[in-house]
Amino acid sequence: MLHPTSNAFSAESTKAIANPQLQEALSVLRVQSIPNRLKAASNLAEFEQLRDRARDLKNHILGHLDQYLLQFEAQVKASGGEVHWCSDAETARQTVLRLCREAGAKTVTKGKTMIGEEIGINDFLEQNGIEPVETDLGEYIIQLRKEIPSHIIGPALHVTKRQVEETFREHHTDLDAARSLEEPAALMAEARAKMRDRYFEADVGITGANFLIAETGSTVIVTNEGNGDLTQTLPKMHIAITSIEKVVPTLDDAMTLLRLLPRSATGQELSVYVTFSTGPRRQSGPNGPDPDGPKAFHVVLLDNGRSAYLGTPMQEMLRCIRCGACMDHCPVYHAVGGHAYGWVYPGPIGSILTPALLGVQNAEPLPNASTLCGRCESVCPVRIPIPKLLRHWREEEFSRAITPSTQRSGLGLWAWFAKRPSLYRLATRWAVRVLRWGAGSDGKFTSLPLAGGWTKHRDFPAPQGKTFHDQWRAKGRSIGGKA
Amino acid sequence: MSTDRDRMLATIRAGVARSATRDTPKPAPLVPQRGQLNGRALVDLFRKQAEAAAATVAEVARAEDVPTAVADYLRSRNLPPQIRLSPDQRVNALDWKSQPLLETSSGASDGHDPASVTPVLAGVAETGTLMVHSGADTPNTLHFLPETHIAVVYADELVGTYEDGWAALRAKAGADLSNGAMPRTVSFVTGPSRSADIGKILLMGAHGPKRLHVILVDAPKSSVRPAH
Amino acid sequence: MPPAAEGQRPKDQRVALFVTCLVDLFRPSVGFAAVKLIEQAGFAVEVPAAQTCCGQPAYNSGDRADAQAIARNTIAAFEGYDYIVAPSGSCGGMLHAHYPELLADDPHWAPRAQALAARTYELTQFLVEVAKVKIDAAFPSRVTYHDSCSSLREMNVKAQPRDLLRQVQGVQIAELAETEACCGFGGTFCVKFPDISNSMVERKTADIVASGADTLLAGDLGCLMNIAGKLKRQGSTVKVRHVAEVLAGMTDTAAIGEAE
Repeated sequence: MLHPTSNAFSAESTKAIANPQLQEALSVLRVQSIPNRLKAASNLAEFEQLRDRARDLKNHILGHLDQYLLQFEAQVKASGGEVHWCSDAETARQTVLRLCREAGAKTVTKGKTMIGEEIGINDFLEQNGIEPVETDLGEYIIQLRKEIPSHIIGPALHVTKRQVEETFREHHTDLDAARSLEEPAALMAEARAKMRDRYFEADVGITGANFLIAETGSTVIVTNEGNGDLTQTLPKMHIAITSIEKVVPTLDDAMTLLRLLPRSATGQELSVYVTFSTGPRRQSGPNGPDPDGPKAFHVVLLDNGRSAYLGTPMQEMLRCIRCGACMDHCPVYHAVGGHAYGWVYPGPIGSILTPALLGVQNAEPLPNASTLCGRCESVCPVRIPIPKLLRHWREEEFSRAITPSTQRSGLGLWAWFAKRPSLYRLATRWAVRVLRWGAGSDGKFTSLPLAGGWTKHRDFPAPQGKTFHDQWRAKGRSIGGKA
Repeated sequence: MSTDRDRMLATIRAGVARSATRDTPKPAPLVPQRGQLNGRALVDLFRKQAEAAAATVAEVARAEDVPTAVADYLRSRNLPPQIRLSPDQRVNALDWKSQPLLETSSGASDGHDPASVTPVLAGVAETGTLMVHSGADTPNTLHFLPETHIAVVYADELVGTYEDGWAALRAKAGADLSNGAMPRTVSFVTGPSRSADIGKILLMGAHGPKRLHVILVDAPKSSVRPAH
Repeated sequence: MPPAAEGQRPKDQRVALFVTCLVDLFRPSVGFAAVKLIEQAGFAVEVPAAQTCCGQPAYNSGDRADAQAIARNTIAAFEGYDYIVAPSGSCGGMLHAHYPELLADDPHWAPRAQALAARTYELTQFLVEVAKVKIDAAFPSRVTYHDSCSSLREMNVKAQPRDLLRQVQGVQIAELAETEACCGFGGTFCVKFPDISNSMVERKTADIVASGADTLLAGDLGCLMNIAGKLKRQGSTVKVRHVAEVLAGMTDTAAIGEAE
């Protein structure tokens, strides 16, 4: 997705709140996703300890990233595959195109890949005469609707069942218009049938990779549908598009993360299919050559600005294993959904990653669109301190004067007084008198100059009238410390 | 002229050098207690977990009972009596002729087989998961293309944890899985395929199999005697 | 610091009240209720005159320099006390969870920040864990309790207010369906993103009404003013108070947002 609209977050979020179908679609987060994750976490006695291990494992990996990536590359080569290092999105796009052309590709099947979204691979392939076919049901639905994903696990979270039916009727015009699509199962069966031939026709299968295994040069995909497996088994070339921070030392280490990922993402103990792919089909083996599988295996390894954050306070965001639990639990995400964030990564992790990869000036509202409630951090399987990292971006915006000047002056004035206790006492004494007088006998304000943001939707309670400090002094109570 | 690889590695190395976690050791593994069981308890855990993931499980006493169990399963579900077998001896060498109404063939699948019967590398009780892998004798297409996948798990293939599963693969490969020793794919399969992408309603039968049936054999894989 | 045993107050244990700017400006009666409760437990309370604000507005807006300056002022004002008690999870959390990080790079102030943090308590936390106060109040009412995010996640406060409320005569606690959901205040968030904040507080008020409670309580005045403001705009008759008022038996003042 090449044209981020993150700076329009405020306006987009207001539209989202007023969209009844979106609100209906988002309600599943509170009704299903949150209880499902809690149930799965409670069902594994060691869950909390595993979160600590996962955090430490990821920290260790990031502290040795070059070593593990080099080991991974050597192992991919040793099993007959190739690794393509791409520092930016354009290089990655061109690499994928070149590989597809080598394979003579006319159509390409795709498993879900967030990196693919990040580099805008679908549009790019189409512009170059190659047709990408999404096989993940959620991605397929949004591909038909010409939308971008609104959630990193469930890309079509924002689409209701009724809307899926409308979309299928609009696009599957070769089918009987009178067919019933009342049952969700009928919709699924239709998608399955539509997809089946495309898997066999495709010359290239592109997937993402949830993890990369240094020990063996394997890429790992995690799906419930099996689409990723068909995508990477049937065509003659498999391309895994991934990013540098996904590498994990050993097969066993991957299982630590895999015990946390599905439980955090969907409340499942394990996703239906977790597949470790290593190299192209084997030309020889203990029982003969492989009868199926791609003849070529390529890993496109993207940086796109991530490496610059190693050794900085933002390094912690690179622990992310893309489970989506943060956005599932975020009250802001519950209110506005994913599209308002304007790029491929929404919710709390998106509010950290988007400024990091696009530059904070291109995502100015995102770090501020949070009450710092901390619910995200409380469920993150790798314990990313999300509020702390959001605050880091706010500090960056403040020091670069990206923060709007009215806000800076207002807060600056407050801070000026707060550093000067005697003046603070004086100013607050008069402020509350004025407010009290303004409220009259009412006890509240229904509108208040300079506080339109508050009074648009709420009344503003009036102060009781005299500050605590004045009353305390008046009672002759003990005053401690130096004034 | 530096390549992307050079530039990326240079930046990564510089970052690692100043990283607060460059001295963080790799943490010791933590394997949950849950799967650390033996005997009947292990079988019961596997069954409970597999069924919770919407697989069906049957138990037979001997390898010789498997063809009957397969025929019974297909008949009970009104499914066509056609199966594509893995060439692997653990499945292919069973006495399929004892079930004359079953049409069998063996090899990879081209998508037209309604059901497959495959062996597994391991059945992992911790989550009722099957470990399967690709190969000349265990084509990967059999695990994903047919609507019904029937997996045969022998008693000595039933393990408690994922780590036990990897150990089984290492044993089969001769200890080291590096340098090309891995099969092209190793898949952990837990239940039939599904999706919740349509209005968050959970539906079975996405792109992979709609049904997963596991037959647990209370005998080791070595007990398979080739039929004539 | 070990909690003092009941009936035996070491005469040299001094408690300082961190009033909080919202209590100071908008609802001093909460401060007086807090004082009453702490004294009820046998402690002497002082109110350091040099305190102003905990610095959260600056801190959460990215103005680290001002936040540090305010923090130093606060630390200096509160040094020498055995306990610092705040009738607020968010201000308590600022001192307890954030001051050490804020001043971590300052070799002179870092240890002083750590020392302050270690002695800082949220009011109900102090009353239960340190003071072991016996509540002597009556409030025949069906109440519900909103857990502020900082109380929950920075100060580990969840059971404590409920333990104390159960000692109040006539109180019936009806829990919200989603006790741990943010109310949408978030300091400047509620004025920067009013529509999102409104969406969040509407969920909260719907939850409150569904609980059947006639009174909403919490330990943070920011949350309380936000929720009260919304309830009043909706024409609700639910009354909103700080939990300290009920625990101290000081409920003769007008509820938040109501005329005297």
